[in-house]
Amino acid sequence: MLTKPRPIRLKGRSFLALSLAPELPFEDWLVGLDDLAARSAGFFLRRPVVLDVSGLDINKADLRKLIDDLGQRNVRIMGVEGARPSLLGPDMPPAMSDGRPAGDFEPPAEADLDKTQAAPAVEPVSSVPPTATQAPASLMITQPVRSGQSLFFPEGDVTIVGSVASGAEVVAGGSIHVYGTLRGRAMAGTTGHGSARIFCTKLEAELIAIDGFYLTAEDMEPDLRGRAVQAWLEGRALKTGILG
Amino acid sequence: MGKVIVVTSGKGGVGKTTSTAALGAALAQSGEKVVVVDFDVGLRNLDLVMGAERRVVYDFVNVIQGEAKLPQALIRDKRLETLYLLPASQTRDKDNLTPEGVEKVIAALKRAFDWVICDSPAGIERGATLAMRHADVAIVVTNPEVSSVRDSDRIIGLLDSKTLKAESGERMEKHLLLTRYDPSRADRGDMLKVDDVLEILSIPLLGIIPESMDVLRASNLGSPVTLADERSAPARAYFDAVRRLKGEALPVAIPGERRGFFGKIFGRKAA
Repeated sequence: MLTKPRPIRLKGRSFLALSLAPELPFEDWLVGLDDLAARSAGFFLRRPVVLDVSGLDINKADLRKLIDDLGQRNVRIMGVEGARPSLLGPDMPPAMSDGRPAGDFEPPAEADLDKTQAAPAVEPVSSVPPTATQAPASLMITQPVRSGQSLFFPEGDVTIVGSVASGAEVVAGGSIHVYGTLRGRAMAGTTGHGSARIFCTKLEAELIAIDGFYLTAEDMEPDLRGRAVQAWLEGRALKTGILG
Repeated sequence: MGKVIVVTSGKGGVGKTTSTAALGAALAQSGEKVVVVDFDVGLRNLDLVMGAERRVVYDFVNVIQGEAKLPQALIRDKRLETLYLLPASQTRDKDNLTPEGVEKVIAALKRAFDWVICDSPAGIERGATLAMRHADVAIVVTNPEVSSVRDSDRIIGLLDSKTLKAESGERMEKHLLLTRYDPSRADRGDMLKVDDVLEILSIPLLGIIPESMDVLRASNLGSPVTLADERSAPARAYFDAVRRLKGEALPVAIPGERRGFFGKIFGRKAA
Protein backbone atom coordinates (compact mmCIF):
# COMPACT_ATOMS: atom_id res chain seq x y z
CA MET A 1 0.00 0.00 0.00
CA LEU A 2 1.53 3.19 -1.13
CA THR A 3 0.40 6.33 0.50
CA LYS A 4 1.41 9.63 -0.90
CA PRO A 5 4.75 10.42 0.71
CA ARG A 6 4.98 13.66 2.55
CA PRO A 7 7.40 15.97 0.77
CA ILE A 8 10.66 16.58 2.52
CA ARG A 9 11.09 20.24 3.26
CA LEU A 10 14.40 21.87 2.64
CA LYS A 11 14.90 25.52 3.34
CA GLY A 12 17.85 27.80 3.13
CA ARG A 13 18.24 29.79 6.34
CA SER A 14 20.95 31.95 7.77
CA PHE A 15 22.10 31.68 11.35
CA LEU A 16 24.45 33.71 13.42
CA ALA A 17 27.79 32.07 14.03
CA LEU A 18 31.14 33.17 15.34
CA SER A 19 33.82 33.37 12.72
CA LEU A 20 37.21 32.43 14.10
CA ALA A 21 40.23 33.47 12.06
CA PRO A 22 43.36 31.63 13.16
CA GLU A 23 46.79 32.97 12.37
CA LEU A 24 50.08 31.28 11.64
CA PRO A 25 51.91 29.81 13.46
CA PHE A 26 48.99 27.94 14.99
CA GLU A 27 50.95 27.03 18.16
CA ASP A 28 51.27 30.68 19.15
CA TRP A 29 47.73 31.45 18.13
CA LEU A 30 46.40 28.55 20.22
CA VAL A 31 48.32 29.87 23.22
CA GLY A 32 46.48 33.17 22.78
CA LEU A 33 43.20 31.31 22.47
CA ASP A 34 43.91 29.31 25.63
CA ASP A 35 44.63 32.56 27.42
CA LEU A 36 41.29 34.00 26.32
CA ALA A 37 39.49 30.83 27.33
CA ALA A 38 41.19 30.78 30.71
CA ARG A 39 39.88 34.22 31.47
CA SER A 40 36.35 33.57 30.23
CA ALA A 41 35.58 29.94 30.87
CA GLY A 42 33.16 28.31 28.51
CA PHE A 43 33.23 31.17 26.05
CA PHE A 44 33.03 28.82 23.05
CA LEU A 45 30.85 26.26 24.79
CA ARG A 46 27.90 25.28 22.59
CA ARG A 47 28.45 28.23 20.28
CA PRO A 48 28.45 27.61 16.54
CA VAL A 49 31.91 28.48 15.28
CA VAL A 50 33.04 28.86 11.68
CA LEU A 51 36.75 28.66 11.02
CA ASP A 52 37.92 31.29 8.54
CA VAL A 53 41.15 30.07 6.93
CA SER A 54 41.14 32.35 3.89
CA GLY A 55 44.60 33.58 2.99
CA LEU A 56 46.40 31.00 5.12
CA ASP A 57 49.08 28.90 3.47
CA ILE A 58 48.29 25.52 5.02
CA ASN A 59 47.74 21.96 3.89
CA LYS A 60 45.08 19.41 4.69
CA ALA A 61 47.06 17.87 7.58
CA ASP A 62 47.58 21.31 9.17
CA LEU A 63 43.89 22.06 8.99
CA ARG A 64 42.92 18.66 10.34
CA LYS A 65 45.31 19.10 13.28
CA LEU A 66 43.97 22.58 14.00
CA ILE A 67 40.38 21.29 14.04
CA ASP A 68 41.45 18.48 16.41
CA ASP A 69 43.34 20.94 18.65
CA LEU A 70 40.27 23.16 18.81
CA GLY A 71 38.08 20.13 19.53
CA GLN A 72 40.25 19.33 22.55
CA ARG A 73 39.52 22.85 23.76
CA ASN A 74 35.78 22.23 23.35
CA VAL A 75 35.61 24.52 20.32
CA ARG A 76 33.50 22.63 17.85
CA ILE A 77 33.87 23.78 14.28
CA MET A 78 30.65 23.61 12.26
CA GLY A 79 32.11 24.80 8.99
CA VAL A 80 35.22 26.10 7.29
CA GLU A 81 35.28 29.31 5.32
CA GLY A 82 37.78 30.30 2.66
CA ALA A 83 39.34 26.84 2.27
CA ARG A 84 40.31 25.40 -1.09
CA PRO A 85 38.21 22.29 -1.82
CA SER A 86 41.40 20.20 -1.67
CA LEU A 87 41.87 21.17 1.97
CA LEU A 88 38.65 19.56 3.08
CA GLY A 89 38.13 15.83 3.50
CA PRO A 90 34.74 14.14 3.80
CA ASP A 91 35.33 13.68 7.54
CA MET A 92 35.94 17.40 8.08
CA PRO A 93 33.42 20.19 8.60
CA PRO A 94 31.81 21.34 5.34
CA ALA A 95 32.92 24.39 3.39
CA MET A 96 30.87 27.50 3.98
CA SER A 97 30.69 30.58 1.84
CA ASP A 98 28.61 33.67 1.36
CA GLY A 99 29.04 34.93 4.90
CA ARG A 100 26.91 38.04 5.21
CA PRO A 101 27.96 40.96 7.31
CA ALA A 102 26.34 41.16 10.70
CA GLY A 103 26.62 43.22 13.85
CA ASP A 104 29.79 43.21 15.87
CA PHE A 105 30.08 40.47 18.37
CA GLU A 106 31.99 41.50 21.45
CA PRO A 107 33.78 38.83 23.40
CA PRO A 108 32.81 39.01 27.07
CA ALA A 109 35.01 41.75 28.43
CA GLU A 110 36.63 40.84 31.68
CA ALA A 111 37.89 43.83 33.57
CA ASP A 112 41.48 42.85 32.91
CA LEU A 113 40.99 41.60 29.38
CA ASP A 114 43.85 42.65 27.20
CA LYS A 115 42.35 43.80 23.94
CA THR A 116 45.40 43.10 21.86
CA GLN A 117 45.17 39.47 22.80
CA ALA A 118 41.47 39.19 22.28
CA ALA A 119 41.44 40.78 18.88
CA PRO A 120 43.04 37.97 16.87
CA ALA A 121 41.08 35.36 18.73
CA VAL A 122 37.60 36.40 17.72
CA GLU A 123 37.12 38.06 14.42
CA PRO A 124 34.00 40.21 14.55
CA VAL A 125 31.56 38.82 12.04
CA SER A 126 31.16 42.27 10.53
CA SER A 127 34.68 42.21 9.25
CA VAL A 128 33.69 39.56 6.74
CA PRO A 129 33.26 41.76 3.71
CA PRO A 130 30.13 41.26 1.66
CA THR A 131 30.92 38.70 -1.02
CA ALA A 132 29.98 41.01 -3.86
CA THR A 133 32.94 43.25 -3.13
CA GLN A 134 35.43 40.45 -2.57
CA ALA A 135 38.11 40.22 -5.19
CA PRO A 136 36.57 37.43 -7.25
CA ALA A 137 38.42 34.34 -8.32
CA SER A 138 38.51 33.80 -12.05
CA LEU A 139 38.68 30.88 -14.44
CA MET A 140 40.48 31.07 -17.79
CA ILE A 141 39.49 28.67 -20.58
CA THR A 142 41.56 28.78 -23.77
CA GLN A 143 39.73 26.19 -25.84
CA PRO A 144 36.22 26.05 -27.27
CA VAL A 145 33.43 24.93 -24.94
CA ARG A 146 31.80 22.07 -26.84
CA SER A 147 28.16 21.08 -27.09
CA GLY A 148 27.11 19.07 -24.04
CA GLN A 149 29.86 20.50 -21.86
CA SER A 150 28.91 22.42 -18.77
CA LEU A 151 31.28 24.86 -17.18
CA PHE A 152 30.33 25.56 -13.57
CA PHE A 153 32.31 28.15 -11.64
CA PRO A 154 30.33 29.68 -8.77
CA GLU A 155 33.49 31.21 -7.28
CA GLY A 156 33.80 34.07 -9.74
CA ASP A 157 34.36 35.23 -13.32
CA VAL A 158 34.84 32.99 -16.33
CA THR A 159 36.84 34.08 -19.37
CA ILE A 160 36.69 31.94 -22.49
CA VAL A 161 39.10 32.52 -25.36
CA GLY A 162 37.14 30.55 -27.95
CA SER A 163 33.52 29.86 -28.73
CA VAL A 164 30.72 28.40 -26.63
CA ALA A 165 28.87 25.87 -28.79
CA SER A 166 25.17 25.42 -29.17
CA GLY A 167 24.12 23.01 -26.42
CA ALA A 168 26.97 24.01 -24.10
CA GLU A 169 26.50 26.04 -20.94
CA VAL A 170 28.64 28.32 -18.83
CA VAL A 171 27.54 29.04 -15.27
CA ALA A 172 29.52 31.61 -13.30
CA GLY A 173 29.13 33.27 -9.94
CA GLY A 174 30.60 36.42 -11.46
CA SER A 175 30.76 37.78 -15.00
CA ILE A 176 31.23 35.79 -18.20
CA HIS A 177 33.55 36.95 -20.99
CA VAL A 178 33.53 35.10 -24.30
CA TYR A 179 36.17 36.06 -26.86
CA GLY A 180 34.43 34.15 -29.61
CA THR A 181 30.88 33.27 -30.59
CA LEU A 182 28.45 32.60 -27.77
CA ARG A 183 26.01 30.03 -29.18
CA GLY A 184 25.07 28.11 -26.05
CA ARG A 185 23.82 29.32 -22.69
CA ALA A 186 25.56 31.76 -20.40
CA MET A 187 24.40 32.27 -16.84
CA ALA A 188 26.26 34.88 -14.84
CA GLY A 189 25.93 36.08 -11.27
CA THR A 190 24.26 32.84 -10.25
CA THR A 191 25.19 33.20 -6.59
CA GLY A 192 23.28 36.44 -6.32
CA HIS A 193 25.53 38.97 -8.00
CA GLY A 194 23.28 41.37 -9.80
CA SER A 195 26.32 43.38 -10.86
CA ALA A 196 27.72 40.55 -12.98
CA ARG A 197 27.71 40.98 -16.74
CA ILE A 198 27.98 38.86 -19.86
CA PHE A 199 30.25 39.90 -22.73
CA CYS A 200 30.78 38.20 -26.06
CA THR A 201 32.38 39.14 -29.36
CA LYS A 202 29.53 37.52 -31.31
CA LEU A 203 26.09 36.84 -29.93
CA GLU A 204 24.24 33.76 -31.18
CA ALA A 205 23.19 32.60 -27.71
CA GLU A 206 20.35 30.26 -26.88
CA LEU A 207 19.90 31.85 -23.49
CA ILE A 208 21.60 34.44 -21.33
CA ALA A 209 20.85 35.02 -17.65
CA ILE A 210 22.15 37.19 -14.83
CA ASP A 211 21.19 36.40 -11.24
CA GLY A 212 18.22 34.35 -12.45
CA PHE A 213 16.79 36.94 -14.86
CA TYR A 214 17.01 35.53 -18.34
CA LEU A 215 16.44 36.14 -22.03
CA THR A 216 15.96 33.37 -24.56
CA ALA A 217 17.11 33.68 -28.17
CA GLU A 218 13.56 34.57 -29.13
CA ASP A 219 13.37 37.47 -26.70
CA MET A 220 16.65 39.05 -27.78
CA GLU A 221 16.71 42.03 -30.10
CA PRO A 222 17.17 40.62 -33.62
CA ASP A 223 19.72 43.29 -34.53
CA LEU A 224 22.02 42.10 -31.73
CA ARG A 225 22.55 38.74 -33.44
CA GLY A 226 26.08 38.28 -34.65
CA ARG A 227 27.28 41.46 -32.94
CA ALA A 228 29.61 42.09 -30.03
CA VAL A 229 27.23 42.44 -27.13
CA GLN A 230 27.16 42.94 -23.39
CA ALA A 231 24.30 42.14 -21.05
CA TRP A 232 23.68 43.58 -17.61
CA LEU A 233 20.95 43.82 -15.02
CA GLU A 234 18.97 46.97 -14.33
CA GLY A 235 16.68 46.32 -11.43
CA ARG A 236 14.75 43.26 -12.51
CA ALA A 237 15.29 43.74 -16.23
CA LEU A 238 18.06 42.12 -18.23
CA LYS A 239 19.45 44.73 -20.64
CA THR A 240 21.54 44.14 -23.72
CA GLY A 241 23.61 46.51 -25.78
CA ILE A 242 26.11 46.52 -28.60
CA LEU A 243 29.70 46.89 -27.46
CA GLY A 244 31.98 49.52 -28.86
CA MET B 1 53.32 0.26 -34.44
CA GLY B 2 50.28 1.22 -36.49
CA LYS B 3 48.12 4.28 -36.11
CA VAL B 4 44.61 3.93 -34.72
CA ILE B 5 41.99 6.14 -36.36
CA VAL B 6 38.41 6.47 -35.17
CA VAL B 7 35.79 7.57 -37.67
CA THR B 8 33.02 9.11 -35.61
CA SER B 9 30.20 11.68 -35.78
CA GLY B 10 27.61 11.40 -33.04
CA LYS B 11 24.77 11.58 -35.54
CA GLY B 12 23.77 8.58 -37.63
CA GLY B 13 23.56 8.43 -41.39
CA VAL B 14 26.22 11.05 -42.11
CA GLY B 15 28.61 8.63 -43.82
CA LYS B 16 30.88 7.10 -41.18
CA THR B 17 30.78 3.58 -42.59
CA THR B 18 31.08 4.74 -46.20
CA SER B 19 34.02 6.94 -45.25
CA THR B 20 35.70 4.18 -43.23
CA ALA B 21 35.53 1.82 -46.20
CA ALA B 22 36.62 4.47 -48.71
CA LEU B 23 39.56 5.70 -46.64
CA GLY B 24 40.61 2.14 -45.81
CA ALA B 25 40.60 1.10 -49.47
CA ALA B 26 42.42 4.28 -50.51
CA LEU B 27 45.14 3.72 -47.91
CA ALA B 28 45.49 0.05 -48.89
CA GLN B 29 45.91 1.00 -52.55
CA SER B 30 49.01 2.95 -51.63
CA GLY B 31 50.46 -0.30 -50.26
CA GLU B 32 49.80 0.27 -46.57
CA LYS B 33 48.53 -2.56 -44.39
CA VAL B 34 45.05 -1.58 -43.28
CA VAL B 35 42.35 -3.12 -41.11
CA VAL B 36 38.86 -1.62 -40.82
CA VAL B 37 37.09 -2.52 -37.57
CA ASP B 38 33.30 -2.39 -37.21
CA PHE B 39 32.33 -1.24 -33.71
CA ASP B 40 28.62 -1.16 -34.46
CA VAL B 41 27.77 -4.39 -32.67
CA GLY B 42 24.15 -5.29 -33.34
CA LEU B 43 23.82 -3.03 -36.40
CA ARG B 44 26.79 -4.02 -38.48
CA ASN B 45 27.09 -2.49 -41.94
CA LEU B 46 30.76 -2.29 -42.75
CA ASP B 47 30.79 -5.88 -44.03
CA LEU B 48 28.12 -4.94 -46.59
CA VAL B 49 29.90 -1.82 -47.81
CA MET B 50 33.12 -3.84 -48.07
CA GLY B 51 31.31 -6.63 -49.91
CA ALA B 52 32.37 -9.25 -47.36
CA GLU B 53 29.01 -10.08 -45.79
CA ARG B 54 28.99 -13.62 -47.15
CA ARG B 55 32.38 -14.45 -45.74
CA VAL B 56 31.82 -13.58 -42.06
CA VAL B 57 32.45 -16.56 -39.80
CA TYR B 58 33.77 -15.14 -36.56
CA ASP B 59 33.45 -11.55 -35.40
CA PHE B 60 34.79 -8.94 -32.96
CA VAL B 61 32.67 -10.22 -30.06
CA ASN B 62 33.81 -13.82 -30.62
CA VAL B 63 37.41 -12.64 -30.33
CA ILE B 64 36.74 -10.62 -27.18
CA GLN B 65 34.98 -13.57 -25.54
CA GLY B 66 37.75 -15.96 -26.50
CA GLU B 67 35.61 -18.05 -28.85
CA ALA B 68 37.90 -17.32 -31.79
CA LYS B 69 41.42 -16.15 -32.42
CA LEU B 70 41.93 -12.72 -33.99
CA PRO B 71 43.38 -14.09 -37.32
CA GLN B 72 40.29 -16.32 -37.66
CA ALA B 73 37.97 -13.34 -37.49
CA LEU B 74 39.91 -11.09 -39.89
CA ILE B 75 38.57 -11.12 -43.44
CA ARG B 76 40.96 -10.28 -46.23
CA ASP B 77 39.61 -8.18 -49.06
CA LYS B 78 39.39 -10.00 -52.39
CA ARG B 79 40.56 -6.99 -54.42
CA LEU B 80 43.26 -5.53 -52.20
CA GLU B 81 45.81 -7.79 -50.54
CA THR B 82 46.65 -5.42 -47.73
CA LEU B 83 43.06 -4.59 -46.71
CA TYR B 84 41.35 -6.50 -43.92
CA LEU B 85 38.01 -6.30 -42.12
CA LEU B 86 37.16 -7.18 -38.54
CA PRO B 87 33.37 -7.47 -38.62
CA ALA B 88 31.01 -6.71 -35.78
CA SER B 89 28.52 -9.20 -34.44
CA GLN B 90 24.95 -8.74 -35.62
CA THR B 91 23.32 -10.97 -33.02
CA ARG B 92 24.84 -9.48 -29.87
CA ASP B 93 24.57 -6.01 -28.39
CA LYS B 94 27.16 -3.45 -27.40
CA ASP B 95 27.41 -4.68 -23.81
CA ASN B 96 29.51 -7.53 -25.19
CA LEU B 97 32.29 -5.06 -25.93
CA THR B 98 34.35 -4.95 -22.76
CA PRO B 99 37.00 -2.25 -22.24
CA GLU B 100 39.67 -4.91 -21.54
CA GLY B 101 38.68 -6.96 -24.59
CA VAL B 102 38.71 -3.94 -26.89
CA GLU B 103 42.08 -2.84 -25.53
CA LYS B 104 43.62 -6.28 -26.20
CA VAL B 105 42.25 -6.52 -29.75
CA ILE B 106 43.33 -2.98 -30.68
CA ALA B 107 46.80 -3.57 -29.24
CA ALA B 108 47.17 -6.75 -31.31
CA LEU B 109 45.93 -5.03 -34.49
CA LYS B 110 48.32 -2.11 -33.94
CA ARG B 111 51.24 -4.53 -33.96
CA ALA B 112 50.16 -6.19 -37.21
CA PHE B 113 48.85 -3.26 -39.29
CA ASP B 114 49.98 0.22 -40.37
CA TRP B 115 46.48 1.64 -39.96
CA VAL B 116 43.63 0.49 -37.73
CA ILE B 117 40.45 2.32 -38.74
CA CYS B 118 37.60 2.01 -36.24
CA ASP B 119 34.11 2.62 -37.59
CA SER B 120 32.20 4.06 -34.63
CA PRO B 121 28.48 3.52 -34.14
CA ALA B 122 26.25 6.59 -33.91
CA GLY B 123 25.46 8.02 -30.50
CA ILE B 124 27.64 8.77 -27.52
CA GLU B 125 27.11 5.53 -25.62
CA ARG B 126 29.29 2.51 -24.93
CA GLY B 127 29.99 1.50 -28.53
CA ALA B 128 31.00 5.00 -29.56
CA THR B 129 33.12 5.72 -26.47
CA LEU B 130 34.93 2.38 -26.77
CA ALA B 131 35.60 2.97 -30.47
CA MET B 132 37.29 6.32 -29.72
CA ARG B 133 39.01 5.23 -26.52
CA HIS B 134 42.28 3.93 -28.02
CA ALA B 135 42.47 6.23 -31.03
CA ASP B 136 45.54 8.26 -31.96
CA VAL B 137 43.66 10.29 -34.56
CA ALA B 138 39.97 11.09 -34.91
CA ILE B 139 38.12 11.79 -38.13
CA VAL B 140 34.89 13.60 -37.37
CA VAL B 141 32.38 13.04 -40.18
CA THR B 142 29.91 15.90 -40.51
CA ASN B 143 27.19 16.88 -42.95
CA PRO B 144 26.75 20.60 -43.63
CA GLU B 145 23.59 20.96 -41.57
CA VAL B 146 22.99 22.19 -38.02
CA SER B 147 22.05 19.00 -36.19
CA SER B 148 25.03 17.11 -37.58
CA VAL B 149 27.37 19.98 -36.69
CA ARG B 150 26.08 20.19 -33.13
CA ASP B 151 26.42 16.42 -32.64
CA SER B 152 29.96 16.56 -34.02
CA ASP B 153 30.77 19.33 -31.58
CA ARG B 154 29.54 17.10 -28.76
CA ILE B 155 31.73 14.25 -30.02
CA ILE B 156 34.78 16.55 -30.17
CA GLY B 157 34.14 17.35 -26.51
CA LEU B 158 34.15 13.64 -25.72
CA LEU B 159 37.30 13.08 -27.79
CA ASP B 160 38.98 15.72 -25.65
CA SER B 161 37.87 14.16 -22.36
CA LYS B 162 37.02 10.46 -22.58
CA THR B 163 39.89 9.03 -24.64
CA LEU B 164 43.12 7.54 -23.32
CA LYS B 165 45.05 10.33 -25.04
CA ALA B 166 42.98 13.00 -23.31
CA GLU B 167 43.20 11.29 -19.94
CA SER B 168 46.98 11.14 -20.15
CA GLY B 169 47.06 14.87 -20.87
CA GLU B 170 47.90 14.62 -24.57
CA ARG B 171 45.97 16.31 -27.34
CA MET B 172 43.92 14.13 -29.62
CA GLU B 173 44.58 14.90 -33.28
CA LYS B 174 41.19 15.66 -34.85
CA HIS B 175 40.19 16.15 -38.49
CA LEU B 176 36.94 17.22 -40.03
CA LEU B 177 35.59 15.27 -43.00
CA LEU B 178 32.66 17.15 -44.51
CA THR B 179 30.49 14.65 -46.40
CA ARG B 180 27.39 14.83 -48.60
CA TYR B 181 28.30 18.33 -49.67
CA ASP B 182 25.93 19.49 -52.40
CA PRO B 183 27.22 22.51 -54.35
CA SER B 184 23.82 23.41 -55.81
CA ARG B 185 22.13 23.37 -52.41
CA ALA B 186 25.02 25.34 -50.94
CA ASP B 187 24.51 27.97 -53.66
CA ARG B 188 20.85 28.25 -52.74
CA GLY B 189 21.75 28.65 -49.08
CA ASP B 190 19.97 25.44 -48.04
CA MET B 191 23.12 24.13 -46.45
CA LEU B 192 25.65 25.47 -43.99
CA LYS B 193 28.65 26.97 -45.69
CA VAL B 194 32.04 25.33 -45.32
CA ASP B 195 33.39 28.34 -43.47
CA ASP B 196 30.50 28.30 -41.01
CA VAL B 197 31.08 24.63 -40.18
CA LEU B 198 34.80 25.23 -39.75
CA GLU B 199 34.17 28.25 -37.55
CA ILE B 200 31.80 26.31 -35.28
CA LEU B 201 33.88 23.16 -34.95
CA SER B 202 37.32 24.79 -35.20
CA ILE B 203 39.26 21.67 -36.16
CA PRO B 204 41.34 21.27 -39.35
CA LEU B 205 39.59 20.18 -42.52
CA LEU B 206 40.61 16.80 -43.94
CA GLY B 207 38.40 16.90 -47.00
CA ILE B 208 35.05 17.69 -48.56
CA ILE B 209 33.21 14.75 -50.11
CA PRO B 210 30.56 15.82 -52.63
CA GLU B 211 27.08 14.32 -52.51
CA SER B 212 27.06 11.83 -55.34
CA MET B 213 25.15 8.90 -56.75
CA ASP B 214 28.51 7.17 -57.16
CA VAL B 215 28.68 6.69 -53.39
CA LEU B 216 25.28 5.03 -53.22
CA ARG B 217 26.02 2.89 -56.26
CA ALA B 218 29.32 1.72 -54.78
CA SER B 219 27.70 0.86 -51.43
CA ASN B 220 25.05 -1.21 -53.16
CA LEU B 221 27.74 -3.01 -55.13
CA GLY B 222 29.52 -3.84 -51.91
CA SER B 223 32.58 -1.90 -52.86
CA PRO B 224 34.23 1.14 -51.29
CA VAL B 225 33.84 4.09 -53.63
CA THR B 226 37.62 4.42 -53.88
CA LEU B 227 37.69 0.91 -55.42
CA ALA B 228 34.49 0.92 -57.43
CA ASP B 229 35.15 4.08 -59.39
CA GLU B 230 38.53 5.63 -58.74
CA ARG B 231 37.90 8.53 -61.11
CA SER B 232 34.60 9.66 -59.60
CA ALA B 233 34.49 12.95 -57.72
CA PRO B 234 33.90 11.40 -54.26
CA ALA B 235 36.68 8.85 -54.80
CA ARG B 236 39.12 11.62 -55.76
CA ALA B 237 38.10 13.56 -52.66
CA TYR B 238 38.78 10.53 -50.47
CA PHE B 239 42.18 9.95 -52.12
CA ASP B 240 43.06 13.59 -51.39
CA ALA B 241 41.88 13.18 -47.78
CA VAL B 242 44.21 10.19 -47.38
CA ARG B 243 47.16 12.23 -48.67
CA ARG B 244 46.36 14.91 -46.08
CA LEU B 245 46.00 12.26 -43.39
CA LYS B 246 49.54 11.14 -44.19
CA GLY B 247 50.74 14.66 -43.57
CA GLU B 248 50.79 16.15 -47.05
CA ALA B 249 49.84 19.85 -47.17
CA LEU B 250 47.27 19.71 -49.93
CA PRO B 251 44.82 22.62 -50.24
CA VAL B 252 41.12 21.75 -50.02
CA ALA B 253 38.97 22.83 -52.94
CA ILE B 254 35.28 23.39 -52.38
CA PRO B 255 33.24 21.33 -54.87
CA GLY B 256 31.32 23.47 -57.34
CA GLU B 257 33.62 26.45 -57.06
CA ARG B 258 35.54 26.92 -60.26
CA ARG B 259 39.13 26.04 -59.61
CA GLY B 260 41.74 28.58 -60.54
CA PHE B 261 39.33 31.00 -62.19
CA PHE B 262 38.63 33.02 -59.05
CA GLY B 263 41.68 31.69 -57.35
CA LYS B 264 39.42 29.97 -54.90
CA ILE B 265 41.62 27.10 -53.92
CA PHE B 266 41.65 27.36 -50.20
CA GLY B 267 44.38 26.33 -47.89
CA ARG B 268 41.93 25.87 -45.08
CA LYS B 269 43.33 25.05 -41.71
CA ALA B 270 41.22 26.11 -38.81
CA ALA B 271 42.41 26.03 -35.20
